Amino acid sequence: MATKKFMYVNRKAPYGTIYAWESLEVILIGAAFEQDVSLAFVDDGVYQIAKGQDTTELGIKNFSPTYSALGDFEVNKIFVEKESLDARGLTIDDLMPLKWEDEDEDWAEKDSIKVISSEEMKALLDDSDVLLNF
Amino acid sequence: MAILHTVNKSPFEKNALDACLRLAAKGSSVLLIEDGVYGAMKGTVKSAAIESAKGDISFYVLGPDLKARGIGEDKLIDGFKVVDYSGFVSLTVDNDKVQAWL
Repeated sequence: MATKKFMYVNRKAPYGTIYAWESLEVILIGAAFEQDVSLAFVDDGVYQIAKGQDTTELGIKNFSPTYSALGDFEVNKIFVEKESLDARGLTIDDLMPLKWEDEDEDWAEKDSIKVISSEEMKALLDDSDVLLNF
Repeated sequence: MAILHTVNKSPFEKNALDACLRLAAKGSSVLLIEDGVYGAMKGTVKSAAIESAKGDISFYVLGPDLKARGIGEDKLIDGFKVVDYSGFVSLTVDNDKVQAWL
């Protein structure tokens, strides 16, 4: 089967609804099928990968550490829309430093997150084969 | 690759339409369904954004959802094409993929 470009578009904050958690589960399942996977974080979706999440007092699972494991599943194309960060007063420094190890370069650690403009995001969506929306 | 964008939330409650208009490429189609159909009405705070995107994007609205909400076609922004369910299916197959702005 030919590899398809899967794009997961995440637009919801993490704990108010189940979308973020469901998305993460589907991403991990999709990664097992060795497809070309990209993630987009747009609008409130950028809050999913914010640093310092602590749900202990809510009594629900903090699934944010799972994003850091995505690199091990070769999910390392993570795109964040700059306009969405700007609108929320955030910068890349407010996000978890998601990394992956490049086996072609002696396991050099590289950043998975790329902050891109709306125009670039537009082109990226257009270029994907399959869009999954959460 | 052509995308059909669907918007199913009222633009006065959620930002789905705003996000769609910001990220839909030239040549895309946008179909408003469910509460999204309120975005097709003229004279609202959202009308101007659609008016200015009309040159690059084709706009469609689902007729049964308009009827259910008592929205006559005379109340729509000029250029909107009203489609029925089979029109929705045609749009889906005529485009390469669907982006659902939830």
